[in-house]
Amino acid sequence: MQPQLEAMYQEIILDHYKNPHHKGLRDPYDAEAHHVNPTCGDEVTLRVRLAGVDAGDDAKIEDVSYDAMGCSISQASASVLTDLLIGRTVGEAQRVSEAFLALMQSKGEGEPDEDLLEDAVAFAGVSKYPARIKCALLSWMAWKDATSRAFAEESSS
Amino acid sequence: MTVTPQVEGLLDVDRIREDFPILSRTVRDGRPLVYLDSGATSQKPVQVLDAEREFYERHNAAVHRGAHQLAEEATDLYESARARIAAFIGARPSDIVFTKNATEGINLVAYAMSNAATAGPESARFRVGPGDEVLVTEMEHHANLVPWQQLCRRTGATLRWFGLTDEGRLDLGGLDELINERTKIVALTHQSNVLGTVNPVAKIAERAHAVGALLLADAAQSVPHAPVDVRTLGADFIAFSGHKMLGPSGIGVLWGRGELLEAMPPFITGGSMIEVVHLEDSTFLPPPGRFEAGVPMTAQAIGLGAAVDYLSAVGMDRVAAHEHALTAYALQRLGEVPGVRVVGPTVPEYRGGAVSFAVEDIHPHDVGQVLDDLGVEVRVGHHCAWPICRRYGIPATTRATFYLYNTLGEVDALVDGVRHAQKFFGTA
Repeated sequence: MQPQLEAMYQEIILDHYKNPHHKGLRDPYDAEAHHVNPTCGDEVTLRVRLAGVDAGDDAKIEDVSYDAMGCSISQASASVLTDLLIGRTVGEAQRVSEAFLALMQSKGEGEPDEDLLEDAVAFAGVSKYPARIKCALLSWMAWKDATSRAFAEESSS
Repeated sequence: MTVTPQVEGLLDVDRIREDFPILSRTVRDGRPLVYLDSGATSQKPVQVLDAEREFYERHNAAVHRGAHQLAEEATDLYESARARIAAFIGARPSDIVFTKNATEGINLVAYAMSNAATAGPESARFRVGPGDEVLVTEMEHHANLVPWQQLCRRTGATLRWFGLTDEGRLDLGGLDELINERTKIVALTHQSNVLGTVNPVAKIAERAHAVGALLLADAAQSVPHAPVDVRTLGADFIAFSGHKMLGPSGIGVLWGRGELLEAMPPFITGGSMIEVVHLEDSTFLPPPGRFEAGVPMTAQAIGLGAAVDYLSAVGMDRVAAHEHALTAYALQRLGEVPGVRVVGPTVPEYRGGAVSFAVEDIHPHDVGQVLDDLGVEVRVGHHCAWPICRRYGIPATTRATFYLYNTLGEVDALVDGVRHAQKFFGTA
């Protein structure tokens, strides 16, 4: 096998793809977002459940659940996301999300913070393939969207 | 190691490939390029590149304006390209409208139909409104679906469609009910960009004409790959793109029956398409000028002229025979791979060289990634025809498309690559 391909499809990614964590839509939840990648048709529906939503960045992420259809990269990324974000505060999660976005925009040159990103560092190789970056980011964008909706609903209620 | 068989009907591809410099480059760490994505866009021979370059080096000027020598030369070259492209599809030059691409050609007709509401009585037959029907099919490229959805939205007409059979053909069971006295236009693909299916345009046109409806054929995948003659096709309009037939990007063609173009209101308005302009109102040129506002894509039209010269020199019947042989071989070889399902007709009859397939338990993106790593460039996704994927219950497909420069060995490389992907993801 070519090293390039193996650099992209790290064992960690294939493991998450074959055995995704926290998959399936669960109740209760505060907000839901549905995102698609219009160039390939990948789809994700993602729900967030927050504790103390009025605490802003200090609100705690009690659950992230999702249903997704797509390639190994998008599926594994959603699985890793739930591992990383469930149990954190929204503020901490935003730091992780920003670090992951920066890694995806690094064109293969990024030096990821392994303490912060944990399994998500395995996606470093994906950043070399512009067509696949969207796959890796799909669920993260859905999480950001769902979280801001949860806050918007809280402030309007 | 696969031993590639000898097959009848193939072109002298070694000779042809010499004209396409890009085909000798390598990709992804020195892999020879195996380009199987001509359905998205074709590669260009040096003859086309030279024609464009020579235009800019020797004759560049704005066409149909100015009286100097360069303007004359540019206009002559532009109109000569129109005449050769017309001859290529059996049409009169005055019935050839240059557009940006097939998408724009289809939009031109769709917008002309809604513009007909406020145009003169000569445009009456293009008017659509509540109670009228626009008919498409479930296998359309978005380019021949979304403009009709939008036309219906603007006018209150109803969109209907032909469904598909499990074999990837049009379900014509409801032909006489679907095409009825309320139908204003039938818009369908001549050859599907995903399934490869060649549709019986003449038969459908016969019914459409019997009830007074128009028929537009999206010929973006047929004109590049097989002889198409508008005198026998049966359509009232066809649209195709230059970049899929060895020509440059940014140039396409809308062909329409002369009397229809004559009666049709314009879509894009401005300079070049007018007859007389006053501050409060204007009159328009006859076709094709009426539909070519602004300084047109001159070098691109000339490049497309060179492309049809190239294809004519090879012979479109021979191009079609070559692709037919490649398609039959690909269907046979992919059919031998456990876990691979071809989406579309599995026999090469009434079918072109777009071969889409699903590989069990491997998403097309991942198949495509492994193929790309081997230098095999295919298309993955829904190919701008999302309803087809929904119809067959798949998220996307992997698609190989062939052209006159492809070889049986490249089909082998595709099949070997698919097996490689199965090994890599542990599904076989």
